[in-house]
Amino acid sequence: MNALGLVWSNLGRKQARTVLTLLSLLVAFVLFTYLRAVAVAFSSGGFGEAGIDRLVVSPKYSIIDPLPINHQQRIATVPGVGAVTHADWFGGVYQEPRNFFPKFPVDPEGYFGLYSELVIAPEQLAAFRNTRTGAVASAGLAERYGWSIGDRIPIEGDIYPKRDGSRLWEFDLVGIYRGQPDDPDPGVFLFQYDYFDEARQFGHGGVGWFIVRVKDPERASEIASEIDGLFENSINATRTATEDDSQREFAKQFGNIGLITTGILGAVFFTILLLTANTMAQALRERIPELAVLKTFGFTDGTVGSLVLAEAILLCVAGGALGIGLALGTQGAMSVYLEPVIGPINITLPIVAQGLALAAGLGVIVGSVPAFTARRLTIVDALRERQA
Amino acid sequence: MPIVSLKEVAKSYRKGRETIDVLDGIDLDIEEGDFLALMGPSGSGKTTLLNLIGGLDSPTMGSVIVGGQTLGDLSGKALARWRSRNIGFVFQFYNLLPVLNAQRNVELPLLLTNLSGAQRRKNAETALTIVGLGDRASHKPGELSGGQQQRVAIARAIVADPALLVCDEPTGDLDRETAEEILDLLSILNREHGKTVVMVTHDPKAADHASHILHLDKGQLVRQAA
Repeated sequence: MNALGLVWSNLGRKQARTVLTLLSLLVAFVLFTYLRAVAVAFSSGGFGEAGIDRLVVSPKYSIIDPLPINHQQRIATVPGVGAVTHADWFGGVYQEPRNFFPKFPVDPEGYFGLYSELVIAPEQLAAFRNTRTGAVASAGLAERYGWSIGDRIPIEGDIYPKRDGSRLWEFDLVGIYRGQPDDPDPGVFLFQYDYFDEARQFGHGGVGWFIVRVKDPERASEIASEIDGLFENSINATRTATEDDSQREFAKQFGNIGLITTGILGAVFFTILLLTANTMAQALRERIPELAVLKTFGFTDGTVGSLVLAEAILLCVAGGALGIGLALGTQGAMSVYLEPVIGPINITLPIVAQGLALAAGLGVIVGSVPAFTARRLTIVDALRERQA
Repeated sequence: MPIVSLKEVAKSYRKGRETIDVLDGIDLDIEEGDFLALMGPSGSGKTTLLNLIGGLDSPTMGSVIVGGQTLGDLSGKALARWRSRNIGFVFQFYNLLPVLNAQRNVELPLLLTNLSGAQRRKNAETALTIVGLGDRASHKPGELSGGQQQRVAIARAIVADPALLVCDEPTGDLDRETAEEILDLLSILNREHGKTVVMVTHDPKAADHASHILHLDKGQLVRQAA
């Protein structure tokens, strides 16, 4: 047995209490890990290197204000612009609201031309281009909903009704595309803009945003300013940013995710702090005479205080590690639900490190008062308490 | 040269505004290899005197010298280290750690030494064998009788091979038969292993096992019997 063995043994004193405390910590750290991963997913654009030469031109004031499609020709005239295409947010519900995935009306050639990392068979792209009601889905979406080429996919338009007043849009699945092997599934359902624009009840000639490929990524910022300069005094002013920045801006429309997750975690950890501190205080009260006896053997005040502190840290780190481990273990299963909504969920090494540091910090906070009490304990008083 | 020497020792406590004198002008020498029983009524200062000898408390006045070391000269840390090497403690309520088995309880004081884990285990086994509990090493305190727990506590007290054992009512929580076994064990440690034993007791029959008996009353030594 060594000092760590002694600390570990003490945690087994009241097993039910230790297990319940560990479970509380586990739940808190599962929550921490996922919320941090969500916050990171929202704060990162998620396009990485692939989007380095792409700019997104959005409405300057609100994402619900469409931009006129004829902006496209003017953007294309800006020196340094290689290609321009457009997309829009369709919204819509497939079967039931929980089946959420993004659905964009696009120009097939232009979109796949700009997103060269997306892989689609040439004959399927041709079918997409040539089929008025044609649509293509990512492989992940097709797998999740059991779609195959030739299926008719009904979508209820919650934003856009059709000219005839119907909200039922029906698309023919003509292709299935994939991202690069190491990339997460794009998870987007794409269909013909021309069909959409012609059939919708309102908003004709408008698009949600333009995607621009610049010839020289080094000049991206300069080109972005030039594009915005073109429309500066129009009612359809634009805001142009790199794809990553644009994604972050889009995420902000949902609210300050970082602040929300910090708020939730703050409340959870404050509760856990009180709970664990109470557990430690109780554990200390129960064995004051034992700590005094350790001091009679020659354990110094500092050593006894350190043992109590180490116990608190060990308890919190064990609970934290279990929670983080559970989150890592369930990451794949959770991604199926979260990825289509907020993009790829990735519990990174920094998140794991932050979690373990938080657990250790929590241990220090909850253990410091009992450790200080144990340190100050006088042998004579503590033993007298036992005899009383 | 006595192993324990107390000179003009006084001890008082403050309780609110009141000062309580517990010991007053104690002069005492205990020879090496002695088995001394400290007797007296409750509140006479027996445990306080024992705590001063064991370096658990410090006198208000006077000096306590144990094994040639003046305890008042030591800092808190140095005093803790000194206790670990020189004193073995036995308490009325055993004060074993319930989460550790007998062998690990006995091993506890050795955690402060530089001994290897294997050597610590071996020394703990030897100490348990001396007290007759070699076959109970893996039992936790809750699985042992009161007498067996006190034997484990005695093994823990002797495992670091201290010269002096201080025992505070070691049989106070035991029946007569078990108490006799414990007192016999202390006598063996005194006679055969050369340990000096200072024992506080209320029980005259327990005191009969000692080679000397001291009586305390109202903080003063009132009678000394051989």
